[in-house]
Amino acid sequence: MTRLTRLTLTTFLSAGLAAGAVAQETHPETGDTLAADQTFTYRILDNISSIDPQIVEDTDGSDVVRDLFEGLLNQDENGELVPGVATDWEVSDDKMTYTFHLRDDAKWSNGDPVTAGDFVYAWRRAADPATASPYQWFISLMSLENGDAVVAGDMAPEELGVEAIDDTTLEVRLTSPLPYFPQMVVHSTTFPSPQSVIEEHGSAWTNPANFVGNGAFVLTEMNPGESIVREKNDQYWDAENVILDKSVALIINDENVALTRYRAGELDMTDIPAGQFPRLRDEYGEEAHSFPKLCNYYYTFNLSDSGPEAFKDPKVRRALALAVDRDIIVNNVMAGGQPPAYVFTPEATAGFEAPETELASMTQSERDERARELLAEAGYGEDNPLTFDMVYNTSEAHQKVAVVLSQMWKQKLGVQAQLSNMEWKVFLEERGNQNFEMARGAWCGDYNEASSFLDLLQSDSGYNDGKYSNPEYDQLLEDALTADDTTPLYTRAEEILAEDMPVIPLYHYAGVYMIDESLKNFPVNNIQFNWYSKDLYKAAE
Amino acid sequence: MLIYIIRRLLVAIPTIALLVIAAFCMMHLAPGGPFTSERPLPPDVLANIEARYGLDQPLWKQLWDYFVNIVLHFDFGPSFVYKDRDVNDIIATGFPISLTYGSLAFLAATLVGVALGIAAAIRHNTWIDYFAVSLGIAAQALPNFIMGPILILTFTLWLGWLPGGGWNGGQWEYLIMPVIALSTSYMGSIARITRSSMLEVMNANFIRTARAKGLPQRSIIWRHAMKPTLLPVVSYLGPVFVYVLTGSVFVDLYFSTGGLGQAYVNSALTRDYAVLLGVTILYGALTVIVNLLTDLAYAWFDPKIRY
Repeated sequence: MTRLTRLTLTTFLSAGLAAGAVAQETHPETGDTLAADQTFTYRILDNISSIDPQIVEDTDGSDVVRDLFEGLLNQDENGELVPGVATDWEVSDDKMTYTFHLRDDAKWSNGDPVTAGDFVYAWRRAADPATASPYQWFISLMSLENGDAVVAGDMAPEELGVEAIDDTTLEVRLTSPLPYFPQMVVHSTTFPSPQSVIEEHGSAWTNPANFVGNGAFVLTEMNPGESIVREKNDQYWDAENVILDKSVALIINDENVALTRYRAGELDMTDIPAGQFPRLRDEYGEEAHSFPKLCNYYYTFNLSDSGPEAFKDPKVRRALALAVDRDIIVNNVMAGGQPPAYVFTPEATAGFEAPETELASMTQSERDERARELLAEAGYGEDNPLTFDMVYNTSEAHQKVAVVLSQMWKQKLGVQAQLSNMEWKVFLEERGNQNFEMARGAWCGDYNEASSFLDLLQSDSGYNDGKYSNPEYDQLLEDALTADDTTPLYTRAEEILAEDMPVIPLYHYAGVYMIDESLKNFPVNNIQFNWYSKDLYKAAE
Repeated sequence: MLIYIIRRLLVAIPTIALLVIAAFCMMHLAPGGPFTSERPLPPDVLANIEARYGLDQPLWKQLWDYFVNIVLHFDFGPSFVYKDRDVNDIIATGFPISLTYGSLAFLAATLVGVALGIAAAIRHNTWIDYFAVSLGIAAQALPNFIMGPILILTFTLWLGWLPGGGWNGGQWEYLIMPVIALSTSYMGSIARITRSSMLEVMNANFIRTARAKGLPQRSIIWRHAMKPTLLPVVSYLGPVFVYVLTGSVFVDLYFSTGGLGQAYVNSALTRDYAVLLGVTILYGALTVIVNLLTDLAYAWFDPKIRY
């Protein structure tokens, strides 16, 4: 019996025990008295890109899609895999074929059964060039058989390595044994989509009037610039254990307005603006939350031919990385409980162990001393000062960080860094074309694995804007694709980064939120921040 | 007069076409495109998406297809960013909202502003005058991005009387703060212009004649002074009307009304070409029509003007 089947069994058992308790308006597990109004209201920044699981590309949109559709597997409050439409799975000995067993009671919101064929349809749809999905690349990332050829339009979508053996058995064939493949089917691109509805309504199938989903909630209102409302889906296979009646996203562009509306009781959850966490923590105590997120924040050197000569010397790069006092940045500038970053991969990433590097183990005064030595060895000093330009995308918080960085370098090393900011799209274009000397960068993991970060610095990565290249590093990541134990490989890769220092890691992001005390079960320990409205509930105050 | 109107409308067509061409060129000159993203799309994927939206065609062809679709099908194209929606749909949902609170703000600013200005001018140098002038200056000094936070803090957080944002189909509770925030600074300007215009008119010879004739004050103000007083006000109101509909970005962002201003600004930032062009055409057409109405209103207010 796999771990998952055991999990399923316990879930079913507790569900069976709990069924009676919901009616008495107390929570089956915690015993909390439930609030009469089970509506969860939270803030999002902007309209979402789509509610079509194969099209959606933004995180706020994915949060909505996770309520409206259910994939093969879900995550629990700690980010561990739990059954979704699939109850369990088997892997072949060569780890290239996965067989998922689907529950037979899963239904679409129009009453039709959810079958393995719905997944096949959705995966082909994601890979099909005609769909023009911005997440088409995810199919390549999943290493599905013939995936690249289908994406490129060289093969028909029907050739994709996914097949419905029968209504409840889905077979997936891979081209390489990805150790983290099961983690990837939590992503919205892999969610099923309703073929008959899409064929009937075309692109209008996402209108609330036409919408059909298989998630715990259905879409009832879509008010652009204002709100997105989803309500409990009675056809959902586990509907009796869903406590929330409604989940409402309010689109509020200004985070300070959102905070005011939270304080007025209109929201159960909202973002805390940069720098305000300590004040709100004093005022509201436990309602102000900060938890690690799977994202990093760094500056990248341009190591290509168009980059400055000085940056080609690793000593210069290490000196600049050492002289940054990260505690000042996280405690005084961001002030939201962000962990300082001494390695590229967030240390909270599953199966990752950060190496002992000089950057991480020294005190700040030792680092400053070492930085001065290294810079002098590289030939820079008072008579030959190092100067360069650094660029970031326009934002108040990024500006503060850049100013603090340039001041630290100036005071400690006598380095002159010229700051400039660019509007987001211009910034991406310039950075992508290597028209910079040093540029800000940030990344959030697509899945909870170190390679989701380390891949960015591979020689042929599309995101490697600094054009860093180290054959040993590339080989390590290549080996990790098929290794049983990837941890030492990733640790070694970070050691190489610490020696070469192609980027300066500054901090890892934290989710900084106000969460009303009546809202329970929000998965603050899920580092990917994948949350499901079906797991939440409101307790009576 | 009819010929004048027809001629003005005909001139509007090439004007708007030029506007579209200029906007189109500026848009394509700006670095980055709708599909430039943090994770650069693999070339195959990017090619698929560009083909889907016709962005693989040469620029002149894209512009030509755009015009053809508008003229033949009244189709302004799909949004590149909000993939569930097209431009017609974005305008159809956003514009009525902007129009509703914009018109109300325009009415409020005009009625209150003109009333304050006239009261101040008639009771020149009395406490009413000082009160109206102070109120006008205060209102003018409070642009909407200052009024917004003050209103929300007062009515939502402290008093708890009004919802802090949203639209909810345009219920009155949701309208009050956007209308006040948008109208105050225009109201101040209108009051100031009305007051100085009225003071000038009241000192004119024809008013002195009317007084000498023994006409009652009420009749002098309403029958003789009102029209010339409002002439400079009307020339100010024309552009203001377009502004309150188009310049309501702040209100949209701040009060989550879902109006068109937010869509417009976002489309420029995200390079959502079709939305940007569609809304530009709408605003251009609106400007042309309102300017025409203003010119026609002149003729009614000032008998010396004839077309």
